[in-house]
Amino acid sequence: MSFTIETVRGIAHLARLAVDEPELEAYTQVLSRSLDLLAQINAADTTGITEMAHPLDVAQRLRPDAVTEPDVREACLAQAPAADAGLFLVPKVIE
Amino acid sequence: MEWEVVIGLEIHAQLATTSKIFSGAAIRYGAAPNTQACAIDLGYPGTLPVLNEAAVRMAVKFGLAVDAQIAPRSVFARKNYFYPDLPKGYQISQFELPVVSGGHLDIDLEDGGHKRVGITRAHLEEDAGKSLHEDFHGLTGIDLNRAGTPLLEIVSEPDMRSAKEAVAYMKKLHALVRYLEICDGNMQEGSFRCDANVSVRPRGATRLGTRCEIKNLNSFRFVERAINFEVERQIDVLESGGQIVQETRLYDSVKDETRTMRSKEEANDYRYFPDPDLLPLMIEPAFISTVRATLPELPDARRARFVSQYGLPDYDAAVLTTTRELADYYEQLVTQAPADAKLAANWVMGELAARLNEENLDITESRVSTAQLAGMLVRISDQTISGKLAKQVFEVLWTEGGEADAIIDRLGLRQITDTGAIEAMIDQILADNPAQLAQYRSGKDKLFGFFVGQAMKLTAGKANPAQLNELLRRKLDAE
Repeated sequence: MSFTIETVRGIAHLARLAVDEPELEAYTQVLSRSLDLLAQINAADTTGITEMAHPLDVAQRLRPDAVTEPDVREACLAQAPAADAGLFLVPKVIE
Repeated sequence: MEWEVVIGLEIHAQLATTSKIFSGAAIRYGAAPNTQACAIDLGYPGTLPVLNEAAVRMAVKFGLAVDAQIAPRSVFARKNYFYPDLPKGYQISQFELPVVSGGHLDIDLEDGGHKRVGITRAHLEEDAGKSLHEDFHGLTGIDLNRAGTPLLEIVSEPDMRSAKEAVAYMKKLHALVRYLEICDGNMQEGSFRCDANVSVRPRGATRLGTRCEIKNLNSFRFVERAINFEVERQIDVLESGGQIVQETRLYDSVKDETRTMRSKEEANDYRYFPDPDLLPLMIEPAFISTVRATLPELPDARRARFVSQYGLPDYDAAVLTTTRELADYYEQLVTQAPADAKLAANWVMGELAARLNEENLDITESRVSTAQLAGMLVRISDQTISGKLAKQVFEVLWTEGGEADAIIDRLGLRQITDTGAIEAMIDQILADNPAQLAQYRSGKDKLFGFFVGQAMKLTAGKANPAQLNELLRRKLDAE
């Protein structure tokens, strides 16, 4: 199994990574080798084995529904590149 | 060609917890921007999400109410996309293993029939923040108070065949989550919102047509209008030889149209994978039992009980159980004025509903309490006032408040039920109108109404109608 350069270009776009043409070539090869490894793992017979969402064999702990976090707005806004009227400001985004 | 419409709905119900799904930040609506966003909600490095037990409890409660399976083991996944109001770069949701799957909801159809709508799944997820595009000189303002708010996304099967059916399903679900007290259902504040998947196909076809998803419909009226517009649009495209492109569309309520938001061709591939920060959610049978014990009487059961216990027609029972609050109001009223349950239903669905509607009030904001209304109903039942004059009493109760008895006395609305007095009055009327009397007796039956009118005029509408009719008939037909 192997990646095409187009697939890698697509993944780079989804991840918003700027990858130039020579790098695309390199990634295509490296990622294809990773897929080969996964194919090998996939070939193992796992009939009757529950898939594992997490390497730890424990269940999610639950938290009581209570407000425990104070207002930290000023501290957080102070770290933002731009803020106004209690809001974080970012370059305009409209779909 | 005849077209069949196919609709499935995805409904996001904001769960009525006090803190967020993965953090201890508050979720009070309307707080100053970013005052309820903690390090976890902001996606700061080194933080870890911890799941809110109440959110799980509410999801299970919903699952039980729609007769679904509760997964003994479900998994949280990351849905990856980039948007400034999603600080982590992914939304924690559930993908392959949702907490609830395979339920159903029965809806009433316009022709009086019923239909079962399948509920494919319901999963827990966090909401994103809000982007504000105005007033920041070319920049976008981000408020992350809503980020991390718990949502239950409820996905239906594509079982609905018209906009009306979709609205009926949505209303039924809206009532249900409020009965269950897992969501406040406030659509203006976005606590209950809907995406609609709409497609059309030639009637009789088994394959589904290409669908479009209409996003963020936050009122029942918009859902109906948006779907109807979209159906027309798709039929127009197909009938003029075109093809439907699978895409996400936005409904513009001002122009009453849907338009392309993004096409699925370069659509988001969300690259879901299990969230390594969260362990699988294990739900034990004992947990399910404790949740089951908290289930209230559900709308359908309550409706059936209203029919059997109070002898109401099914229509009345359906209307009165539309919301838990309305049903509570009615039951309290009937407890206080038990003589005539149907009369109570008529007043709640008639006069009271009309006034609430006129002033855009919820039943919980009614200006007339159940005790006040019951006081008046008791006086209708014991014939102190007629149903017609009761409207005047109700008007005063609504606008000024007070008690029915005092208002009846003050306005002098007590019915005249003294047979002697009514008879004397009738004698007087017959004596004053000899011409009409002669005509009546010579066969002009219609004049009966004239005599009733005279009597009502003389008594300002206070003569007991049944008594008056009987006595009048007896006197007129005496010879």
